[in-house]
Amino acid sequence: MVILFYIASFVALVASAMAVSRRNAFHALLYVVVSLLAVAVVFFVVGAPFAGALEIIVYAGAIIVLFVFVVMMLNLGPPAIQRAEGFLTPTMWIGPGALSAVLLVEMAVLLARSGDEAVSGTPVGPKEVALSLFGPYVLGVEIASFLLLAGLVGAAYLGAGVRTTGGDR
Amino acid sequence: MTGAVLLDHGLLVASGLFAIGLIGVLVRRNLLFQLLSIEIMLNAAGLAFVLAGARWGAADGQIMFIFILVMAAAEVAVGLALLLRLSRRFEDLGGDAVSGMRG
Repeated sequence: MVILFYIASFVALVASAMAVSRRNAFHALLYVVVSLLAVAVVFFVVGAPFAGALEIIVYAGAIIVLFVFVVMMLNLGPPAIQRAEGFLTPTMWIGPGALSAVLLVEMAVLLARSGDEAVSGTPVGPKEVALSLFGPYVLGVEIASFLLLAGLVGAAYLGAGVRTTGGDR
Repeated sequence: MTGAVLLDHGLLVASGLFAIGLIGVLVRRNLLFQLLSIEIMLNAAGLAFVLAGARWGAADGQIMFIFILVMAAAEVAVGLALLLRLSRRFEDLGGDAVSGMRG
């Protein structure tokens, strides 16, 4: 079980290094997704399944999709169509696909041995996290909701400015 | 393999991820890549919290990870909205395009 931790960590480091060194934004986003999935596997291995699920749902599922939307909005115009064909060449899928295949095999091994304990101590499930989150940390939840509201208002204000002012100034 | 050794190696991995993100912020001059590198750095910090929480079987590490997640979501929403504004105004995503101030 410990070897799964090291393999996933290696995948995360390689994918992050590839992500910050890519020239194309789409290729970098693919590698960032692989890095986040690898960190989620690390969370599952060390016995934090709730954090791993949140990593996949919120980071890889919401934040990276936001990045993809912005990259696509930045590439409007006729030259983007020729560039978009270059994004999807088969060779660029080999790197992220191979790293993701490693993670898939790891998840299969983890699920096949689901009776075992985590590597370090007992797993901390969603129930313990929820009881602690809405017990001693309830003030933090309130502050986080204020932060999200502030982010929502700020993004709405800035995004509305993009639409009304257009491309002038 | 005891949990302490695993925590040591996990913290090494987290610091490696943080260093990669920091190098990305410092080297890349594209604001989109800098935002992506900041995400990698925040992810590394969350990894350190979760590993430390899992070492002692406590839920506090995952709770701090949730707070980091909320902060990253708010940060990336505002950051990408600012990025769209900059791209409309300067037609350039380099950080040097906005290095000057008026007045």
